[in-house]
Amino acid sequence: MNELVFFINKVLISGAVIGSIYAMGAIGVTLIFSILRFAHFAHGDLMTTGAFVTLFLTAMFPEAGHAVGLPTAFVMMPFAMVITSFLAIGLDKAFYKPLREANVKPVVMVMASIGVTLMLQGVVRIFFGTSSRNLFVDDRKEIFRLELPWELASRKIIITEPQVLLFVFTIVAVVALHYFLTRSRLGKAMRATSDNADLARISGINTKTVVTVTWVIAGCLATAAGTLLSLDVALKPDLSFQILLPIFAAAIVGGVGHPYGAVIGGFVVGFAETLAVFNWAILLRPLEKAYEWDLPSNLALVPTEYKITVPFFILIAILVLKPTGILKGQVL
Amino acid sequence: MAIIETKNIHGGYGGMNILNGVNMSIEQGEVGVIIGANGAGKSTSLKAIFGLLNVTEGAIELNGENITNQAPHLLVEMGMAFVPQEKNVFVSMTVEENLEMGAFLRKDNFKSTLDSVYHYFPDLKDKRYQPAGELSGGQRQMVAMGRALMIEPKVLLLDEPTAGLSPLYMNEIFDRVVAINKEGVGILMVEQNAKQALAIAHKGFVLAAGRNRFTDTGENLLNDPEVAKSFLGG
Amino acid sequence: MSNKLLMNHKKEFLLFGGLFAIILLIMAFMGTAYGLRMLVEAACYAIIAFGLTIQWGYAGLFNAGIMGFMAMGAFVTMLFSFPVNEQFWSSGLAGDLGSVLLKLIIGIVLIVGSIKITRFGVPKKAQQAVTLVLIGVVYLVYMNALAPVADSIEKEVGFIGGFGLPSWLGWVVGGIAAGLIAYFVGHICLGLRSDYLAIATLGISEIIKAFLKNADWLTNGTLTVSPLPWPTPGAADLGFIMARASYLSLTALVIALIFFLLTRAYNAPWGRMLRAIRDNEVSSLAMGKDVNKRRLEVFVFGSFLMGVGGAILATFNGLFDPNGYIPLNHTFLIWVMVILGGAGNNLGTLFGAVFVYIIWTMSEPAALFVFDIIRNIGDSVGWEAPQDLDSRALQARVFVIGLTISLVLRYAPKGVIPEKVARHG
Ligand SMILES: Nc1ncnc2c1ncn2[C@@H]1O[C@H](COP(=O)(O)OP(=O)(O)OP(=O)(O)O)[C@@H](O)[C@H]1O
Ligand SMILES: [Mg+2]
Repeated sequence: MNELVFFINKVLISGAVIGSIYAMGAIGVTLIFSILRFAHFAHGDLMTTGAFVTLFLTAMFPEAGHAVGLPTAFVMMPFAMVITSFLAIGLDKAFYKPLREANVKPVVMVMASIGVTLMLQGVVRIFFGTSSRNLFVDDRKEIFRLELPWELASRKIIITEPQVLLFVFTIVAVVALHYFLTRSRLGKAMRATSDNADLARISGINTKTVVTVTWVIAGCLATAAGTLLSLDVALKPDLSFQILLPIFAAAIVGGVGHPYGAVIGGFVVGFAETLAVFNWAILLRPLEKAYEWDLPSNLALVPTEYKITVPFFILIAILVLKPTGILKGQVL
Repeated sequence: MAIIETKNIHGGYGGMNILNGVNMSIEQGEVGVIIGANGAGKSTSLKAIFGLLNVTEGAIELNGENITNQAPHLLVEMGMAFVPQEKNVFVSMTVEENLEMGAFLRKDNFKSTLDSVYHYFPDLKDKRYQPAGELSGGQRQMVAMGRALMIEPKVLLLDEPTAGLSPLYMNEIFDRVVAINKEGVGILMVEQNAKQALAIAHKGFVLAAGRNRFTDTGENLLNDPEVAKSFLGG
Repeated sequence: MSNKLLMNHKKEFLLFGGLFAIILLIMAFMGTAYGLRMLVEAACYAIIAFGLTIQWGYAGLFNAGIMGFMAMGAFVTMLFSFPVNEQFWSSGLAGDLGSVLLKLIIGIVLIVGSIKITRFGVPKKAQQAVTLVLIGVVYLVYMNALAPVADSIEKEVGFIGGFGLPSWLGWVVGGIAAGLIAYFVGHICLGLRSDYLAIATLGISEIIKAFLKNADWLTNGTLTVSPLPWPTPGAADLGFIMARASYLSLTALVIALIFFLLTRAYNAPWGRMLRAIRDNEVSSLAMGKDVNKRRLEVFVFGSFLMGVGGAILATFNGLFDPNGYIPLNHTFLIWVMVILGGAGNNLGTLFGAVFVYIIWTMSEPAALFVFDIIRNIGDSVGWEAPQDLDSRALQARVFVIGLTISLVLRYAPKGVIPEKVARHG
């Protein structure tokens, strides 16, 4: 039984955690992809920036969380989301919009987003340094240990408060996004713009508003993902290029332009990663005893150091087998 | 006063000019028809009117108000609607959502307009929850026109609404155009079925190489032997 | 005649003249040896930038993984030129490793074979399934076979060492290795929109780095490998200045060769077609498969140059350190060189590479200096500067690189020496 608990901790919970993060990032990337038509390479650093804004607010009001019994950083997160959204809109105005209006090729926009990513990286590190930070300034991370009712399971399922908050937030965010896109006027306008931007303009949809809303959603989700990930582990300033690949893989797996696809893709990539680095020998150990097999001590499909290869090969596989992704996205 | 008028407009897609002086004008409640060879600049003229490309010279007026290079969403607000030649529906959205997008700028309740569009195009009512991408060409054309009608426009620009349709569908679309026009909507449309179109037109404009070749009433153009020879297929 | 040349290329002469003056100034102030080192490094970057200018400038291909191709070239040249590890070759481990590699080769042959079975009427779906399963099996077998051997190598002999061959051979093979990886990535992504290539190259370069960093048995991992032998006489024989000068002449020779070849290729039908593809993606798609083939060629060749440049740079530094490769210095700095200099213009690229590299090198002391002033001002008003102010100062340069990219894209999208308006026939 303990082996099973280990599996739950290492694969199910970890996979769900990282999957939620990827999903939130991928939604932003997929929306930007479908509305603004370029791969937004600054998304990783938008996440980091959002998390640092949260850190800043948390450091300013370290006791805000006590009142409601939640981590202060989580309480500050909505404010950080607002600030980061404004930042994202500002970045768009300053760096993407002029190029868009000059009608440059999409790749030039990608290049511009790399310029932005480097600027964000530079600013964050000038102000916050290069070492990793803890988002718990005046409070402590709560850890829940759940016992299983069976006797053989002496180990406990471990889940932390930030993880619970992450799951709740992800579910709420995805449901809210669903209602926004299918019920609200603006949400439908976003779908229309992503479907056919020219026709949307002809229909009287102000594409500038749609672009703004896109940045708000992307900025909010990036902040949430960055903050919740940092709450769970630590806030590292060098997230950017490592997280980009899984996020893009998730967006493409799900089908570019499909927010739900991005969610699915996020979890596919997240679980694929945890399953790939999981040491299957542990799960097989009871059988090993029963049948007197001689298994090697490490049976992970991919050594942890090579975790980055997992999203890459998922990406390659989807590009080869089904470039439109699971939900038939646009092939841009 | 003309409800829509282009005065000697020039413009293009960035490179060479495509329009070299197009003059058109229709009065309130009239149908204007644009004909001309492929590549003559018919679609480009409509796009120019609708603010989708940069007009470098000349002026466009709506009810006497200058609307040259106005942003499309402002034109929609002023009561203009446009059905482009291709890619004129949101393929991933349902028929009803397509129509709703047409009413995007309306703050009031547009339920009655929706009903009247379904009344014009009964086929669409059965398909209302189906993605527009799954419809036939003719049905798409209806969705596209329905979308444009949702704003209850005063002026409707149509780019080849009957392209690729069977004669049956074609007649149906022409009937609808006439019916819409009867309600007082000014219509400016591009048509390849020139004879049929000119027959319902108050005004006709024959374009060649980005400028007016002939401009007259629909009837006169139909009877003009020179027009008949080169543009009406004998 | 020469007067006319001067008139037509006034800007170029001015820019290169200015560059030359800056170099002289630096040599005067920082010493000739310092200046020479900087020049050699700039020359290596120029080779890499040539690789990018043909990918981006000639063909519009976005390579966000230059770092990986450079690192690959550096690794191969290390493997080829580093002295032989007798201990490894005399132990049984060499044989063990050989048998592992043999298994891998058989596996790869099988996989490639399975891709071709569609020719015998096997449906594509079935072929894909077979290939996928095969890849899985080969991977597992290879991993399991390699793990114990790699472990023993690390424990008993450190790493396998090099082949003790001449450096130049390593440079060439390093370029070829980079080209092979480019072939693999390009083959999959070039049919798709350019963004996908950017994502895939970013991924492959992170993977190459992860591999070089962790495959200790092969690369000595984070322990790094040095000194790598030079193809020219070292400082011990000639002294710093002469040794570096002779290395510089060698790289200059390489650059001249590449420059000559590129200029010819640019004006040849091949180059013209590439530019036609770049400038009008849609209509040239009608030309069909040929488009992707041309792009693949240019992508592979560009990556080859990146590999070569990375190799020459590693040899010059005498050090192979997989951890030393970071996207900023080894991908985006090169992007700045190319777009600032003028993508698609070889002369512009050369100028951009040398100029940006000098600025980059000089900006380190400059940033430290500025931040030192900030610290002093802070001290005087009672603000305590953070401990890691120096490392933060260096991060300011990251910001500047990003800002430069943004500004160039917006205000000088063609660079300082733009590509001549191309007439493609
Ligand atoms: N998006 C565009 N970019 C550049 N040039 C264009 C574009 N669209 C059309 N053109 C050019 O403008 C000219 C006029 O095209 P337009 O679409 O107005 O023709 P048309 O009269 O509507 O023809 P058709 O009967 O075939 O629809 C053509 O030569 C065409 O090549
Ligand atoms: Mg047309």
